[in-house]
Amino acid sequence: MENPKYTFKDMASDQEVRWCPGCDDYVILRSVQKALPELGISRENFVFISGIGCSSRFPYYMNTYGMHSIHGRAPAIATGVKLANPDLSVWVITGDGDSMAIGGNHFIHVVRRNVDLNIILFNNEIYGLTKGQFSPTSSVGLRTKSSPYGNTQPPFHPGSLAMGAQARFFARVPGNVPKEMTALFVEAEKFHGTSVIEVLQNCVIFNDAVFEGVTHKDVRADAQLWVEHGKPMIFGKDKNKGLVLNGLKLETVTIGENGITEDDILVHDAEEVDNTLHLMLSKLQTPTVMGVIRSVKDVTLGDRVAAQMAEVKKTTKFKSVNDLLLSGETWEVE
Amino acid sequence: MAVDDIKTAPRNNGEPEALERVVILFVGDSGDGMQLTGTQFSDTSAMLGNDIATFPNYPAEIRAPQGSVYGVSGFQVHIGQTEISTPGDDVDVLVAMNPAALKTNLHSVSPGKTLIIDTDSFTKKNLGKAGYESNPLEDDSLDNYKVIQAPITTLTRTSILDIGLDNKSMNRSKNMFALGMVFWMFSRPLTHTERFLENKFKNKPKVIEANKRALKAGYNYADTLELLPSAHTILPAKMKPGKYRIIMGNSATAWGFLAAAEKANLDLFLGSYPITPASDILHELSKHQHFGVKTFQAEDEIAGVCSAIGAAFAGDLAITTTSGPGLALKGEAVGLALITELPMVIVDVQRGGPSTGLPTKTEQSDLLQSLHGRNGDSPVIVIAASTPANCFDYAYEASRLALEHMTPVILLTDGYIANGSEPWKIKEMSELSPITPRLEKAENAEDWQVYARDTEKLARNWAIPGTPGLEHRIGGLEKDKLTGNVSYVPDNHEYMVKIRAEKIKRVENYIPDLTIEGAQEGDLLVVGWGGTYGSLHTAVNYMNETGDKIGYVHFNYLNPMPKNTEEVFKKFKKILVCELNMGQLAAVLRSRYPEYNFLKYNKIQGLPFTIMELVQKFNQMLGNEPIII
Ligand code: SF4
Repeated sequence: MENPKYTFKDMASDQEVRWCPGCDDYVILRSVQKALPELGISRENFVFISGIGCSSRFPYYMNTYGMHSIHGRAPAIATGVKLANPDLSVWVITGDGDSMAIGGNHFIHVVRRNVDLNIILFNNEIYGLTKGQFSPTSSVGLRTKSSPYGNTQPPFHPGSLAMGAQARFFARVPGNVPKEMTALFVEAEKFHGTSVIEVLQNCVIFNDAVFEGVTHKDVRADAQLWVEHGKPMIFGKDKNKGLVLNGLKLETVTIGENGITEDDILVHDAEEVDNTLHLMLSKLQTPTVMGVIRSVKDVTLGDRVAAQMAEVKKTTKFKSVNDLLLSGETWEVE
Repeated sequence: MAVDDIKTAPRNNGEPEALERVVILFVGDSGDGMQLTGTQFSDTSAMLGNDIATFPNYPAEIRAPQGSVYGVSGFQVHIGQTEISTPGDDVDVLVAMNPAALKTNLHSVSPGKTLIIDTDSFTKKNLGKAGYESNPLEDDSLDNYKVIQAPITTLTRTSILDIGLDNKSMNRSKNMFALGMVFWMFSRPLTHTERFLENKFKNKPKVIEANKRALKAGYNYADTLELLPSAHTILPAKMKPGKYRIIMGNSATAWGFLAAAEKANLDLFLGSYPITPASDILHELSKHQHFGVKTFQAEDEIAGVCSAIGAAFAGDLAITTTSGPGLALKGEAVGLALITELPMVIVDVQRGGPSTGLPTKTEQSDLLQSLHGRNGDSPVIVIAASTPANCFDYAYEASRLALEHMTPVILLTDGYIANGSEPWKIKEMSELSPITPRLEKAENAEDWQVYARDTEKLARNWAIPGTPGLEHRIGGLEKDKLTGNVSYVPDNHEYMVKIRAEKIKRVENYIPDLTIEGAQEGDLLVVGWGGTYGSLHTAVNYMNETGDKIGYVHFNYLNPMPKNTEEVFKKFKKILVCELNMGQLAAVLRSRYPEYNFLKYNKIQGLPFTIMELVQKFNQMLGNEPIII
């Protein structure tokens, strides 16, 4: 079949989008709608599964198959969808409360199993839909409705959690760069396995500007390091800063200072099986690493299930359930 | 008078004495292999044409301390040449492999019956662990029984000494020795068990040899031993002609789903988390990938049901299996399946509750949870199997109802029928009614609406991902009655709540009426549901054979109930609802049929009803003199 030609408009449903004006969710929605037509997949084969939260309204706005499910459970539902029909392109839409708190268990297990689907994690470090409580990714000290004197719970870093669960694909993107985001979504879908994309999503109502120090256009050149496989990890307004390993620590150096040349800068290897460096990169705060931090090919759950089933089908003596019913020890009563 | 008395037929010259039925209870340590021993005895008997019913009774601890009373594992088997519906009240032969086994089970053996005891295990230490102050084999406490004392452990070891196994492995064969003795007592051939051993230990020739020899040695020992009462036999039961096999409840449930998936031309998907006593369904289905079955062992109960919801959305016959506490965890997700109106089956193999309760014991205490254990007004179909073999039929039926009515269905079984086994007249695929899933077609895309319903069943159609033109979104928020889009319109919500209820109610048009067993009208109607059928049926039969005519109805459909339910209640003066709980069905009936007086008879001991206690209760209800046993 010819690759269907769609525009982003074909991916939008007729439902009015109801996020707060200025919310980064709009950027993510539009980026997904722009990414899908680039994939050469028929529209009826896209399935979006979400949990509960602001972000989880997402499927209603997509003109694809979708389910707005229950809090935290989208990865489990999506796993069922994908196992039932491996031909579908399955997307999980979730937030930091949905996937790191109530659904933490499902998040780590879907990643561990390497189910071939894409998880877009809208990380705004706050509960939006329930109107402003601290979330599992909120920083210590954050004053919210449920922490008027400051949050006392240390946060999860989604990247660390994903790496700990043996993520094969992890990427991060700021919520205000639609072009880069679209490209990342395309890459994530093309990756065979679980792809986790953390979006630093600004909630204008309850946690406004929380990522400002990283995402604001005035600071981002120095605050963000965009990694690319096979390229040296260089960043900065003047493209003269880079990362080196100093013992077991990543360190920022300046090219041209203290005898440092471009050759001294670490080259990003997203495909390295050992995730030690990927974990360090995902945890780094200055600069905050963006782009595909890890992308390692591996067998998926679906691959294993299919291979095993094919093997069993080859050797079985059961062609239909009737054979099973009549198998083993039976006897005749006259 | 005892209902389950062995009735002896006249002796044939020299032939084994023919008995109408017999109850044997094998009991030992949980590591002694009693479940296997009991299964071998019942399977062999079934193949000789006896009707059977079995009752495994084992502890929750996998290997409780050896010799302790809480590590005792038992397997009761009732075989007969007449119809057998329960594992029997009264044990005729108790095989006790250690003092703890004797101590915990002697109460179910009436005086005059037979005890087979492994004397080797009656050491001071074991007696102490069982809480015996003096050795019952030496004092007079067993005077009223026929006691067969055999040094089973020693005899087993002697018979297999030269094979070259270590002591521990040798001891493992002692259950086969005991089985050999019982085989002789009831004139059973060894061939079935020998074949079984050869298969089970395919790559361990020494183990096969040891077990086969121990079996034979036990058989010969009994044959030559003067202490043993004469051999008996149980003639084949009169059963309907056809092809039979032995089936366990949990396997029957699994097979019912396999059959339904094939009939509906769908793949079967099971999302499940291990839990006693439901895990055997997961085990069984995971063997059958050749039929395209996908079993997904999830990270928890919630993921089990949610993965099934995903598979249901994507077009599989989706099921999840669990037991009481697991159903509690799945509650929210079942609500999602019900508001999205997706077809799926949730199996609850009930066990003793609340909380972790009695994991390995039986109870019927999840009825109210199944009917009401969700937020909101959230009706689902609830049905219950009533015997090990008809778990097949009700798993099939649950699938049919789910697929044709587009709703989650809760199927209740319980630990008693799930682990029990009985002969099953095999149903072939051609005998099963058709199942027609309501798949929506791409060519209807033009006028299709997500929540459009057919006028009779009120079910919507199933539009599965991958079908061009039917792209749509569903979810847990209230739906517009036609488009399925999110709707907060007050009237729409009321309409949807009512139509979801009406949809389930109309299922009554697609299920069979109740049939009354025994008296069709009169003084007393006995009412039961689920796994108590065997006991209730036997007890009611007994009443009707011995004079008092009473009626009996058994509910397999709990929501909705059969259409003639009220008509049945009208015909009797008293209605007695018998349940293994505090009275959950009685509570439901009281609220649905408030003009009738539902009396209750309840047992909450983790055990099935005995026939005797039911008969006593029925007599009391009829104002008869209590029966002296
Ligand atoms: S509350 Fe925050 S996250 Fe939610 S829609 Fe509004 S701005 Fe976006």
